[in-house]
Amino acid sequence: MHAKTLPLRMKRTGDSLVLDGVLVLLGLFLVAFIVLPLVMVALRSVYDRNDAFVGLANYIAFLDTPSLSQSIGNSVTIALVSTIITTLLAFAYAYAITRTAMPGKGVFKALAQIPILAPSLLPGISLVYLFGNQGPLRFLLMGESIYGPIGIVLGEVFYTFPHAVMILTVALSTADARLYEAAESLGAGPLRRFFTITVPGARYGLISAVFVVFTLVITDFGVPKVVGGQYNVLATDVYKQVVGQQNFGMGAVVGMVLLLPAVLAFAADWIGQRKQTALLSARSVPYVPSRRPWCDGAMFALCTLIAGLLAGILGTAAFASLIRYWPYDLTPTLAHYAFAEVDETGWRSYGNSLILAGLTAVIGTVTVFAGAYLVERGPASAGIKAAVRLLAILPLAVPGMVLGLAYIFFFNHPGNPMNALYGTMGILVLSTVVHFYTVSHLTAATALKQLDAEFESVSASLKVPVWRTFFRVTVPLCLLAILDIALYFFVNAMTTVSAVVFLYAPDTKPASVAVLNMDDAGEIAGAAAMAMMIVYTSAAVRLLHTGASHWLSQRTQTWRRR
Amino acid sequence: MTLRLAVATTAAVVLATGTAAAATKLTVYTALEPEQLGPYKKAFETDNPDITIQWVRDSTGVVTAKLLAEKANPQADVVWGLAASSLMILDQQGMLDGYAPAGLATIKPEFRDAKDQPTWVGMDAWMAALCFNTVEAGKKNLPKPQSWADLAKPEYKGQVVMPNPASSGTGFLAVSGWMQIMGDKPAWEYMDKLHDNVAVYTHSGSKPCKMAAAGEYPIGLSIEYTGAQQKTKGAPIDVILASEGTGWDMEATAIVKGTKNLDAARKLADWASTDKAAKLYTQYYAVAAVKGVSNYPANYPANAEAAMIKKNDFAWAASNRDAILAEWSKRYNAKSEPK
Repeated sequence: MHAKTLPLRMKRTGDSLVLDGVLVLLGLFLVAFIVLPLVMVALRSVYDRNDAFVGLANYIAFLDTPSLSQSIGNSVTIALVSTIITTLLAFAYAYAITRTAMPGKGVFKALAQIPILAPSLLPGISLVYLFGNQGPLRFLLMGESIYGPIGIVLGEVFYTFPHAVMILTVALSTADARLYEAAESLGAGPLRRFFTITVPGARYGLISAVFVVFTLVITDFGVPKVVGGQYNVLATDVYKQVVGQQNFGMGAVVGMVLLLPAVLAFAADWIGQRKQTALLSARSVPYVPSRRPWCDGAMFALCTLIAGLLAGILGTAAFASLIRYWPYDLTPTLAHYAFAEVDETGWRSYGNSLILAGLTAVIGTVTVFAGAYLVERGPASAGIKAAVRLLAILPLAVPGMVLGLAYIFFFNHPGNPMNALYGTMGILVLSTVVHFYTVSHLTAATALKQLDAEFESVSASLKVPVWRTFFRVTVPLCLLAILDIALYFFVNAMTTVSAVVFLYAPDTKPASVAVLNMDDAGEIAGAAAMAMMIVYTSAAVRLLHTGASHWLSQRTQTWRRR
Repeated sequence: MTLRLAVATTAAVVLATGTAAAATKLTVYTALEPEQLGPYKKAFETDNPDITIQWVRDSTGVVTAKLLAEKANPQADVVWGLAASSLMILDQQGMLDGYAPAGLATIKPEFRDAKDQPTWVGMDAWMAALCFNTVEAGKKNLPKPQSWADLAKPEYKGQVVMPNPASSGTGFLAVSGWMQIMGDKPAWEYMDKLHDNVAVYTHSGSKPCKMAAAGEYPIGLSIEYTGAQQKTKGAPIDVILASEGTGWDMEATAIVKGTKNLDAARKLADWASTDKAAKLYTQYYAVAAVKGVSNYPANYPANAEAAMIKKNDFAWAASNRDAILAEWSKRYNAKSEPK
């Protein structure tokens, strides 16, 4: 409170106090908007529908219902298989972009972002068109159905690929060329250099990627919703319990079960972090990949294949949205873009999404970057930092459905002073910032960790105020990561459906919910059309981002080149 | 004294003008089909220019879930177009306000809550029907099913889509219909057999018919209205009502207890049970709650009113909903491992 009245130039202790205060505030923000709502879910899980306390009865019922307990195995299987496939593909792809001299790296980097532009319902829709019973590629499944684990894994790999590439590209983008030069002069071959320098250097990114993908898959309900068929997973169970059976207690139980991966993820992150040291010291020489024709050629072929598949999935939805009545009337039409015919909100939901995405990008980026800075480089005690770090990781494992439900219980409670937020755009922005907090935080943290710790100590010894170092050194050095975060928030706010589906009000319904509604009603072409509007918008913003990054890179990142 | 009076008068006048100028915004929760919302809203607002409807629309299960979740702090003023069996659950939770709308006398007795101040009043009936894709069935040499018994025959293995009764009002009314036609035990045995034929259980009631219309699966157990609508749009489907009779539910109107716009809510409840409203409903459905109003829309199955099961016990359905759905999920979610 008194912090505001302190003079601008103050002593180190004053600086630290303010920074600590801000970090504590951030911690409180996360406690209020992620921990307390989750506590409400936890409480709800021990009450029945008539608000009577039933202890662990809901949990026992969960374990006693084979259809529900079976979902644990299903979810874990799907998540493991998808994580292995996605991480391997993404690592190869990120390696090609950062460590080879293959042509078209910029294009490939942009193409890898294709899936992130679309709601996770879109790959489901496209897979149905491609591999469904009327699909031209059905023969590839050799009699297996796309509705089930095959469809879910395919969709999840598509959906999580850019997330893994984003983390691994950041992890691989900075390397100290001196290490490679030393290894080479000591006679280490390319394979040995790869496994002794490249992989260990990207270890933290790999661990992050694995747990980000795993939890994304286990908590995603868009893909299994559309192509899951009868293969139950935990995320769709939450939806079915709450929406179908109106059983909030059981929905809360499944939600609590879904929180388990968060614990594992945190453990993995913690172990990874302890071993992480700064890759880039003030004396580093940035690594510049040299030509290796065979390797470059092979990586180029692999990237072309992957990017082609990604583009193909997207193209299918674009194409399907322009067909009058698949598969009986193939005349092209824009009729499916007249959304008011099949969805009462019509085009207004698209406008709502623009507002939601804009606000989320601005508010989210400022909060996340400031938070990550204070956690990674601030003066606070290790205990506070560890607490905030845990809080920042928590949202990743919270399924959107559970977060949405938690916000209903929390904000719609008459005793909550923030009650007025309920039903406004504010609660959608808040839930979206919180929902996508973790990956943004990890991106910011990874970028910040790569800066030498000496920057702060040098500034301190020169008696430069902390914020001057922050705004003139840290922010410029991390500007590319900051732009990535803003884009990530914007695009996810455009595409997210799970958290907001329980929170939207009639005049705030976003486009992604319209996609879900239309798909639910069987208006699959309309759903494809709205999903494509989201994609076009996200793509336009992505292009702006690329332009801005390029310009910034010219201006601020020359230090990375030799 | 005079000054105070003058101030009071001015304030009153300003307030009155303010209220008159601003239309009352009524939040209406509904599970009506999206294409019905525009016409319904327009018709009501034309007759009540001082009231604006703001829809919150989703499928039956979602709307019911939302209303229950918001029990402590209701956001809806009125529910217009939700399954009576769902409204009964809300009624059991004490969430609905009793009100006798102006036209109550014209409502068929089985289409309303029996209380003097009914907590819900019906609008129209909808029922379970089969959408049968003749093109795809032809390719697979599938005969046209005429009855529920036909549908469970092994030749339809993996060819049927039906809504999940846990989320869809149509799915639930089909199941509750079978239980009332066949009796408890035979109905479960029937569903065991049917389950082998079902390829996908969908979330919404209209989707199976749209999937059948698009040829994804040849047979969709769905809503009779959706069948008529898809056929009119050009889908190669027949709409079949099973010969044993079919389960049905009604869409109904209710006022949410605690609404801050009680007068406007009552106006909507009044309007929703007029002849005029009933004529609007029968643009889509054949059977209306208002006596003497009925109409067969294009491609609507001709025998609809006769096919509806005669003794349809909604109170039984509402109070057994939990148990039925738990049993259904236990049997069919668990068995539904990928093959």
